Amino acid sequence: MLADKDRIFTNLYGQGDSGLKGAKARGAWRGTAGFIKKGQDWIIDQVKTSGLRGRGGAGFPTGLKWSFMPRDVGERPHYLVVNADESEPGTCKDREIMRHDPHLLVEGCLIAGFAMRAHVGYIYVRGEFIRERERLQAAIDEAYEAGLLGKNAAKSGWDFDLYVHHGAGAYICGEETALLESLEGKKGQPRLKPPFPANVGLYGCPTTVNNVESIAVVPEILRRGAEWFAGFGRPNNHGTKLFCISGHVERPCTVEEAMSVPLRELLDKHCGGVRGGWDNLLAVIPGGSSVPCLPADHCDDLPMDFDALRDLKSGLGTAAVIVMDKSTDIVRAIARISYFYKHESCGQCTPCREGTGWMWRVLERMARGEAHKREIDMLLEVTHQVEGHTICALGDAAAWPVQGLIRHFRHEIERRIDSYTANASADDVRLVAAE
Amino acid sequence: MAVRRLHPEQPESFAFSAQNLAWAKREMKKYPKGRQASAVIPLLWKAQEQYDNWLPEPAIRAVADLLDMPYIRVLEVATFYTMFQLAPVGRKAHVQVCGTTPCMLRGAEDIKQVCRRRIAQTAHEVSADGDFSWEEVECLGACVNAPMVQVFSDTYEDLTADSFEALLDAFARGERPVPGPQIARTHAAPAGGQTSLTDVPTATKPGKSRAGTRKTPSKASSKA
Repeated sequence: MLADKDRIFTNLYGQGDSGLKGAKARGAWRGTAGFIKKGQDWIIDQVKTSGLRGRGGAGFPTGLKWSFMPRDVGERPHYLVVNADESEPGTCKDREIMRHDPHLLVEGCLIAGFAMRAHVGYIYVRGEFIRERERLQAAIDEAYEAGLLGKNAAKSGWDFDLYVHHGAGAYICGEETALLESLEGKKGQPRLKPPFPANVGLYGCPTTVNNVESIAVVPEILRRGAEWFAGFGRPNNHGTKLFCISGHVERPCTVEEAMSVPLRELLDKHCGGVRGGWDNLLAVIPGGSSVPCLPADHCDDLPMDFDALRDLKSGLGTAAVIVMDKSTDIVRAIARISYFYKHESCGQCTPCREGTGWMWRVLERMARGEAHKREIDMLLEVTHQVEGHTICALGDAAAWPVQGLIRHFRHEIERRIDSYTANASADDVRLVAAE
Repeated sequence: MAVRRLHPEQPESFAFSAQNLAWAKREMKKYPKGRQASAVIPLLWKAQEQYDNWLPEPAIRAVADLLDMPYIRVLEVATFYTMFQLAPVGRKAHVQVCGTTPCMLRGAEDIKQVCRRRIAQTAHEVSADGDFSWEEVECLGACVNAPMVQVFSDTYEDLTADSFEALLDAFARGERPVPGPQIARTHAAPAGGQTSLTDVPTATKPGKSRAGTRKTPSKASSKA
């Protein structure tokens, strides 16, 4: 188990003071100006060496992403945009950072902003996080008062302004180009890439969009050294990570652990184990609603990291572990996820707009058993028609949970169809519109 | 996609209060010159807060005029983002029940049943006395505290049907119940006590930090 001294978010549960004084006592804002004086290349190199991979779901190396920004600032200013539109079902880690350790994020923004030669940063907080937004704004106000933001921020010689912006309840704005559209005052509909935001981003200027957790861990990486961070987890999956464990465990919680922590250890140590014991486990969704579920027999020695889960055709995503015990109606649980994507599709691409609704309606019928067995393969085929055929990854995210369900629980769908057919009577026959 | 339309009955006019107008002008300065359209969501949200927590059509026009945007662009934004309530909501509480899978697994359906029984059969319908309304929303981002609801700015977490009924009783009496977990639990820490961060050298002593915890949030939120 990760030792407390190696934890970055030491006020995760709000047990201490989340204000500037408390944050400084916990080590925040220590040596910030010194890091900046070492220059952009040093910071980016440290972040690359630490092995930090983006914490927003895709796991793209953060240092590499920063290095895509143009080296010289031309006529167009550079922007840092922080993605705090945390909306992936199961995920609630950035919320804890913003309300209990906001200064780590603010400090990280200054360092990251400098590293990508940006003088302005925007933090895009999801609309529902109203109290979190207020807390973050309070931390930024404190930082301005203390000279840690603004002109010559933290006496580093770099000018940096940081603003909080917010959305109004659209999951799609977590997609980086949809977020930029929304920040420009439009509907959150993703842009076609290329051009990538590092060239044409916010207001047509070079922009990098990073997740809250990716930014908030950077100051500690620089303070303790890239090797320290790289010392956790298996190769290519380094660092510490916030895990959110929800669903059928005895005590759901958010906790910081080392990458590659075995799933069972995570659940047993921090959550009191699966409700009704380990043998009562049916399946887990290991990385937020968009990754395919894994049945219990995959979970015994499962390291929680990007590569191990990818090898099992699932993913670490945002490390939001949704645990389901044997009382779960798995078809209905996945159908509810399909409904989520149907609701959150922005409507721009036809395969997603029509496909998400279609998948949801078919799954609802399958949950009742009111379907033909050949429709299972038809549904699978439709998921492949949606996947990869849309501007953004929402189409993929809608397809994967359904594919995971069919891959591992086809027998359950078939059992329901059999049971429904066996109990059907002519009295129940009602006509429904064709899909 | 959700199909959302404006309410058939609309007020004659809308105007920002002097205080909100001053706030809006400050908000617009956050963005570069000529990019004031960026403030459209915060301004619409302020308008909604001012107008009994729903967004009438004249407010959409008012925001468009203020930001120098075509009406249709602001209308698009208002109908795209689901936190903009396009019809009147309950005076004392508009309950947003999270119904997505993590909450569903821990009993969101029971919470919805209570809403149907006590508030209105269907979502977005205001109760007979005009005090309450409810809707099912997609993931609100408090999954380790499931099931949960949001009422205006605050979240109420770790609910059961009984504790949720008690919440509704409190709102009906005109009170503002204490937000956060409705069981003995600190935020996102495991119920029954922390399994980590029990030995943090830089933190103040547990006794002292507890007292600090209560004070800081109220200070922070009053400042914001």
